[in-house]
Amino acid sequence: MNLEIGSPLTVGLILFAVIITGALLITVERRLLGFWQERLGPNRVGWFGSLQVVADMIKIFTKEDWIPPFADRFSFVIAPGIIMSVVLLSFAVIPFAPNIGVIDSNIGVLFVLAMASLGAYSVMLGGLSSDNKYALLGSLRAAAQMVSYEVFMGISLLGVVALAGSFNLREIVEAQADGWYIIPQFIGFVIFLIAGVAESHRLPFDIPEAEQEICAGYHTEYSGMKFGMFFVAEYVGLVLISSLITVLFFGGWLGPTFLPPIIWFAIKAFGFIAFFILMRAAVPRPRYDQLMTYGWLFLLPLSLVNLLVTGVIILSTQ
Amino acid sequence: MEVATQSTYPTSNSGELLAKLRQKFGDRILAEQSTCDAIPTLWIDRQHLIALLRALREDIQPKFEMLFDITAIDERLRVHRDDQPPSEFTVVYHLMSFSGNCDIRIKVPLIDADLNLPSIIGLWPAANWYERETWDMFGINFEGHPNLYRIVLPPTWEGHALRKEHPARATEMEPFSLDDEQADVEQEALLFKPEEWGMKRKSEDSEFMFLNLGPNHPSVHGAFRIALQLDGEILVDAVPDIGYHHRGAEKMGERQSWHTFIPYTDRIDYLGGVMNNLPYVMAVEQMAGIQVPERVKTIRIMLAEMFRICSHLLFYGTFAQDVGQLSPIFYMFVERERIFNIIESICGARMHPGWFRIGGVAQDLPQGWEKKIQELLDFMPPRIDEYDAMVLNNGILKRRTQGVGCYNTQQAFDWGVTGAGLRATGLEWDFRKDRPYSGYENFEFDVPIAVNGDCYDRCAIRVEEMRQSLRIIKQCLDNMPSGDYKADHPLTTPPRKEKTMQDIETLISHFLSVSWGPVIPPNEVTMAIEGTKGINSYYLVSDGNTTSYRTRIRTPSFAHLQMIPEISRGFMVADLIAIIASIDFVMADVDR
Repeated sequence: MNLEIGSPLTVGLILFAVIITGALLITVERRLLGFWQERLGPNRVGWFGSLQVVADMIKIFTKEDWIPPFADRFSFVIAPGIIMSVVLLSFAVIPFAPNIGVIDSNIGVLFVLAMASLGAYSVMLGGLSSDNKYALLGSLRAAAQMVSYEVFMGISLLGVVALAGSFNLREIVEAQADGWYIIPQFIGFVIFLIAGVAESHRLPFDIPEAEQEICAGYHTEYSGMKFGMFFVAEYVGLVLISSLITVLFFGGWLGPTFLPPIIWFAIKAFGFIAFFILMRAAVPRPRYDQLMTYGWLFLLPLSLVNLLVTGVIILSTQ
Repeated sequence: MEVATQSTYPTSNSGELLAKLRQKFGDRILAEQSTCDAIPTLWIDRQHLIALLRALREDIQPKFEMLFDITAIDERLRVHRDDQPPSEFTVVYHLMSFSGNCDIRIKVPLIDADLNLPSIIGLWPAANWYERETWDMFGINFEGHPNLYRIVLPPTWEGHALRKEHPARATEMEPFSLDDEQADVEQEALLFKPEEWGMKRKSEDSEFMFLNLGPNHPSVHGAFRIALQLDGEILVDAVPDIGYHHRGAEKMGERQSWHTFIPYTDRIDYLGGVMNNLPYVMAVEQMAGIQVPERVKTIRIMLAEMFRICSHLLFYGTFAQDVGQLSPIFYMFVERERIFNIIESICGARMHPGWFRIGGVAQDLPQGWEKKIQELLDFMPPRIDEYDAMVLNNGILKRRTQGVGCYNTQQAFDWGVTGAGLRATGLEWDFRKDRPYSGYENFEFDVPIAVNGDCYDRCAIRVEEMRQSLRIIKQCLDNMPSGDYKADHPLTTPPRKEKTMQDIETLISHFLSVSWGPVIPPNEVTMAIEGTKGINSYYLVSDGNTTSYRTRIRTPSFAHLQMIPEISRGFMVADLIAIIASIDFVMADVDR
């Protein structure tokens, strides 16, 4: 079996692997949270609860797929589709290993950012079309949060782009052969991490769907597989953010040769996934206006300074 | 038999107070009634009510800062009321003075044909809900009340439930049915009209959004509804709506025997367990003249404090969860589980043991109880310290809760706030300390206070109270008196059995007391304790029967919820959730 970039086999495998990982993460997260919270978590279905995800999937597929009569049908139906497709499309440019990937694009970084921006439409449409006040509040919060966090999410990456001299994610990985960008770009990494959590709206930045405040936020009215798509997309988004951090700051597939590159990539990405889950278990949620203030008044200037300093250092060492 | 001397109310200055009132109001006072709890009880005609209450609030020393309770008694079937003026419905005002550490009860006689008296919202804003409840339950009209609607019963309810002619059991009523037409009427009655709630639909420059938070919402801790008037995410107004959890506990008190009502009290503040039994059994003991043994008092304190810790743990966990912290609640449930295991080994049940009895407790402590309590004292303190690091010292949590939902001591008095919510405003006042009951005077513990009166302070105080409760439990463990677990008194229920096989008189009284229940001599009593959520009191009226003539349960949460609009205006929805969480209420305690 010969894998190469862009072959139908590779594309199929990546798609399969990403969706399965996203689904499996539901179980993994519940087990990890259980472990961290002095309880068991789901452990009844299959070995140590490993088949829980199958049971969940059967349930979610066989549930009544209900569209509220007061909702705007068209946008209500396409909203979960949008988030699922943009998250999956983002994986097209991720370099998993030297020979595994969908396309080798020269605008990789920009493509990922563009897709992330499109994701905001899904959340906004989902909330607005539900014609539910909780959903409306949720999508308002989501729109504000995603739009503002995208700004410095982009800027925080520019340091890496400047160091590697390329928008191509593959070239960024290869440029880290001498040293991962986590060291020169530590501030960029921290900002990207925070913005990444905000983009995938997970705790502590799950403000658009803050259960204790606005029930389920923008997907309050969703049920069945349409809810399932929002749900799985959140986990796939988590995989995406973890993969991006791996690629941009932790040398992607690079690592000692006793393990194949793809395994190195998987280990690193999983480490971040676990970190995100731990963060969910540990940190409370700031208030919506506190999050915005923090973003605009602290993270944005910080990311600009980071870019400026990186630029100065690059120019002075040339 | 010696008459009980365990009165919690200092009687020293009540003579002086009465003299002042006699001088000021002279013959306008209809009568002075004596009750066995030694609270001065004055009868006054309704046209002088406001003047008297205003004088008590503003002029007379000591000042009565808090309106503790308003309720009524349907007197039409009452037999033993010789020293009281004629009345068919009596409205009872219970005021509390913190500066003078005393209480006063004002009674107003009314006749069925003319059930009107002036509203006192102008004096104490807290009167609003109490008057609504009294109207709801007795049909007494308070003139000048802005929205005298039903509060705990549904808007379509017929009759007034606590009147004697209202049936107490479903079997006394027509079978329930609901046809389509009636269903529409019920639906129509539930339609939300902002004007009825005192809210405007739009201001000059914007149209408001009305958000219905509850009755089913993840953060309202039960079936509780708040109608929010929003401008963006800013709260213009928030109007609480209660009654979804009403079970008619006070009505049940009039049909259950004195003894069989005990398990119902467990379920009033369902996180307080046996602590709810305490004011009730102490009130009945006061009327019966039972002096309980020291061992009983200490056992009761020990269990009550264990339930206080359980309740505070649940508060602590849900508070963190409502601010978005996912994990603490699970750790605290582990703790709670361990305490429940100990409670179970002592009482045989976990959340609602109903274990206190009139004149004692149900059983003696089991063998080896010391070991279990010692385990509790060993594992709890380090865990509480750990939670400090996780929750109280968390920066995000601090930013979410400090400066949110503040009120000062005066506001707390006006709205009837007691418990941790009152101590958070800087007033060092704990019922256990200032009016010790059940032997609390023998224990060493501190009363934690805070200064800001915000959400964070209310939480921090409860955390410190858990530590103090552990101190009290430690002292119970070290100094548990020996002796009986039941008083030697004919009205102790169930009665002592030792001599029943030797003499016929004891056998007869035992038989009657077990089959009918004890007959409590006619009297009135209010007994209050520092409950888990604030001051919880039982006002019992006995007419010399096997059941209570009137059981009034004054719960702290009822008053606390009424304050929500006052402290949440201008904040955001997320802050409202933190405020609700910091109040620490359970709906069973509010609606009864």
